[in-house]
Amino acid sequence: MLNEYLQVLKSEWLLIAIIFILLFIKVGSKEWKNETLLYSINFLLLLNLIAGYFYNLPGSLFNGMYFSNDLIFLQKNILNLGMYLVSLIAYPWLKEHKHLLEFYILILSTLLGMFFMISSGNMLIFYLGLELSTIPLAALANFDLEKRKSSEAAFKMIISSAFSSALMLLGISFLYGVTGTLFFSELATLIHGGPMEIFVFILILGGFSFKMSVVPFHLWTADVYEGAPVAVTAYLSVISKSAILFIFMTVMFTVFRNLEPQWYFMIFLLSVLTILIGNLFAIRQNNMKRFLAFSSIAQVGFVLLGLSGVSKIGMTSVIYFLLIYLFSNLAAFGVVALVSATTGKENIDDFKGFYKTNPFLSWVLAIALFSLAGVPPTAGFFGKFFLIMSGAERGNYVWIIFAALNMIISFYYYLRVVKAIFMDQNETPIKTIMVPALPKLAMAICLLGIICTGFLSWIYDAIFNLCNF
Amino acid sequence: MSHPIYIVLIPLIPLVCFLVLGIFGRKYFTNSAGIFGTLGLLTSTLFSLSTAYEYFFVSGKLNGVFQKIEVLKFTWLEFSPGVSIDLGILIDPITVMMLVVVSFVSLMVHLFSLGYMKGETRFATYYAFLGLFTFSMLGLVLSSNIFQIYLFWELVGVSSFLLIGFYFEKPSAVAASKKAFIVTRFADLGFLIGILVLSFYSHTLDFGVLIERLTTAGSPYLNTINAASFLGVSALTWGLLLVFMGGAGKSAMFPLHIWLPDAMEGPTPVSALIHAATMVVAGVFLVARLFPVFALSDPAALQVVMYTGAFSAFFAAVIACTQTDIKRVLAYSTMSQIGYMMFALGVSKYNGEEGLGYMGSMFHLFTHAFFKSLLFLGAGAVIHMVHSNEMKDMGGLRKLMPITHISFLIACLAIAGIPPFSGFFSKEEILMASFESNKLIYAVALLTSGLTAFYMFRLYYSIFWSKPTDSHHGHHGEGTLTMKIPLVLLAVLAIVAGFVPISSWITADGNAIHSSIPITFSILPVSLAVIGILLATRLFKTENELPQRIAIQMGGLYKAASRKFYIDEVYLFITKKVLFNLIGKPAAWFDKNIVDGFMNLLAKLTAGLSELIKGYQSGKVQDYALYFFGGITGLIIAFIYLWK
Repeated sequence: MLNEYLQVLKSEWLLIAIIFILLFIKVGSKEWKNETLLYSINFLLLLNLIAGYFYNLPGSLFNGMYFSNDLIFLQKNILNLGMYLVSLIAYPWLKEHKHLLEFYILILSTLLGMFFMISSGNMLIFYLGLELSTIPLAALANFDLEKRKSSEAAFKMIISSAFSSALMLLGISFLYGVTGTLFFSELATLIHGGPMEIFVFILILGGFSFKMSVVPFHLWTADVYEGAPVAVTAYLSVISKSAILFIFMTVMFTVFRNLEPQWYFMIFLLSVLTILIGNLFAIRQNNMKRFLAFSSIAQVGFVLLGLSGVSKIGMTSVIYFLLIYLFSNLAAFGVVALVSATTGKENIDDFKGFYKTNPFLSWVLAIALFSLAGVPPTAGFFGKFFLIMSGAERGNYVWIIFAALNMIISFYYYLRVVKAIFMDQNETPIKTIMVPALPKLAMAICLLGIICTGFLSWIYDAIFNLCNF
Repeated sequence: MSHPIYIVLIPLIPLVCFLVLGIFGRKYFTNSAGIFGTLGLLTSTLFSLSTAYEYFFVSGKLNGVFQKIEVLKFTWLEFSPGVSIDLGILIDPITVMMLVVVSFVSLMVHLFSLGYMKGETRFATYYAFLGLFTFSMLGLVLSSNIFQIYLFWELVGVSSFLLIGFYFEKPSAVAASKKAFIVTRFADLGFLIGILVLSFYSHTLDFGVLIERLTTAGSPYLNTINAASFLGVSALTWGLLLVFMGGAGKSAMFPLHIWLPDAMEGPTPVSALIHAATMVVAGVFLVARLFPVFALSDPAALQVVMYTGAFSAFFAAVIACTQTDIKRVLAYSTMSQIGYMMFALGVSKYNGEEGLGYMGSMFHLFTHAFFKSLLFLGAGAVIHMVHSNEMKDMGGLRKLMPITHISFLIACLAIAGIPPFSGFFSKEEILMASFESNKLIYAVALLTSGLTAFYMFRLYYSIFWSKPTDSHHGHHGEGTLTMKIPLVLLAVLAIVAGFVPISSWITADGNAIHSSIPITFSILPVSLAVIGILLATRLFKTENELPQRIAIQMGGLYKAASRKFYIDEVYLFITKKVLFNLIGKPAAWFDKNIVDGFMNLLAKLTAGLSELIKGYQSGKVQDYALYFFGGITGLIIAFIYLWK
């Protein structure tokens, strides 16, 4: 029995252990050097990542409130990998930061929240996990303590997420009123498409859309992404988003399965809006972080397209895409974070002539952007291709053509940045930056991921075999 | 085929060149990069030739019919049970021909660039890019399924983007490479959707299976794809047209041709490689690859191919007459010749002797590759010498550059269709095929053929004659030996390529075609070509002499008793007034403003829309909350009114 609690909850236990270790170091009297701390924490996270692949026991706990299976373990591993990469990227910024331990305690708490969220089998656990994964993030957004924009970001984030939580909670209460249960498995059989159920669904969808920053619930994204420290932005746009998409998929495919004809239509609407608005805004941005924020909004629109093919293929393509998106986006953020930490420059114009001074970083950024744009043979192309392929199974050509057209528009703005880096002249380019070992490792992992994930077919196959649809 | 390893090596060697030069080039191969790349390509070419020999003479035939041989195949991604993406190598007559053409022309360009690009700071990078391009192009022609071809297709796009933008200090080169990339991406989007449609209905991506499933009368796949329709057109037609759209983008068919003239900003040998013989014919190759489906199941789509091709051929020829930049003349000429290949496919049928158009198209692809890359390399040599692309800076170069002069003349005669040069033979086949199938297309083809002769010789005379031979001082010779060898080799091929018995090798259904073209049929096209040449001779051989004389006579037009002058006048009227001003200029204007303008409009529209909505991102949290609730309400309203 105890053994079961240990193994099924293994990923959570590991995180809790790391959090406590950090807490003891914090309250302890010994003064540690930042560098030493960073290297040891990253080592712990690496161990955590590796441990994620062993002794995974599928099972369900707390009367079915919590459950885990091989697919969920895979999702947690993906998040762990993302966490590790974000931590590596954050190195140049945290090296000088006074509150580095708090940073890790907070960020690991949100990760813990996400783990509970994606393992939830009950709306209550889901909600608890969701809140645990959101509230510390607001504090993290404020972590550039002396910057005004950073506190503005935190404030906006906490207020906006209060709206969304309120609405979602309202939806969950109604749901309980209508069906008398909050267990996913029971809900799935009790929902049949009555008007109240659809209303409930829209409220919950609104809450999800907020977290996924789907248009028109996306407005907080740009301000928060811009104001927050780059590492936090990276975390928000990749890890947080992936986690919420994982659980969104579960909820859509299990709880609201019977409403599928109705929600297909809404997802269609939201996806079209999201892709279009995300792209149009991305075109006009000049701040790198804002630019990546809007481009990531548009990417979610594509994920919704893949998700709409309610099938094993749809599920696989979404997870596969998110893995690739993680590599591509973190590679881009890695470069931006390093530049921002060493020079404070974050605008696209600042990156003009970047290639002359920093060829390695330029290539990393360019390849990452090509992957985000979906240019073959980078993995981003395969990710998008499978999403579109999965969406195409429903035969909604309008959606497919629209998505594909927008891929071209997105090309334009990604290429604009690449052009600035490689081709534009600049009197005062960013000086040559020494890349520290840890971010270099992160970039190498990301590049490897971008180049290989598309070509190694066993990755796709492995996800496909794990998906239990 | 006994040695698949051979064939795998053909594309792999350029890839290795790319990797080695790309990674170590700057450090270790600053000067020897060219030699390294050229030797690699030489090996590839030899393998290609041996493959061709083995296929055509030893193992390709079974019961007198050339077979499609799948040399290599392994499953790469299993998308869902039944649908998988394979990687493979498919060998059939057109593949083998393209292998030879691509590797040979690439070898010539490698060789030529040794002299042409000498002293460039990024010499090694240049050769690395050439290797990448050659690899992708060879991979494209060897692909055994439609997804694989798409991958290489994109890779070709990327590498040509790198090559066109090679002089990235030049803003115009950067703009051109971007334009080429975006326009062809736009077309590729159609291609991708076309692939999705075709593979969705046929449940396969493999060329062989796909063709079989979509051509066998009464097959369930064919029935469902014909039954499904969108906007009143069957899914099969949509699929094929979208695939053709991809082809039209790469092959610069109207109205997706706008990137081609600008792409001339790249180094000239690159144009010889990309814009003469390889990338631009990828579209033709693609249509030829799927030709059975076009011809047997969907003649309507084939009609579109035919009219697009014919229009492009004529349209580009007219514009070519008005250009003064010699590379742009060649660019439009390429577009025109590819139009020829396209409509030749369009007029063709599948079986036996009726497949003449298909054969002619492939034949023309083959011969065109040699004389067009020769023209580009010749132009490169000229530009290398006078450091300008403009006709007015040239003239009288025939004594200074005897080898370039003679080889250029041979290429001009070949493209004009003068017997016994290679262009004559392939053009005759195309004209014959269109004569038998569609008289309108035949008329357009004839007219274009006359125009071709005219503008090519206008080009020829403006470069090599028109001015006294001693007008260029301080020149540095005709170029190195490595620049001359490719010219001579290609010139020889431009003469003899017409005697290659393509008709018994490359046909739609694999059976040899034994038709012969009566000599009387050739009289009309050849005399039109001769007229075009004579006209060009009269107008451009000596500088400005004739236009001036005409100008003097202008006042006394009625008094012009001399019949000769009268004809000159009509010629001049037709060419200068009618052709240049009435057709050429509006056509160029249309091209520049309407076709280009439409693309610009799209871009402006997007930018404007994005400007319009920026107010919604106000930065105020209360507004965000408002939109948030608005979103929920909107969803509910949309649900109540739109759904059901």
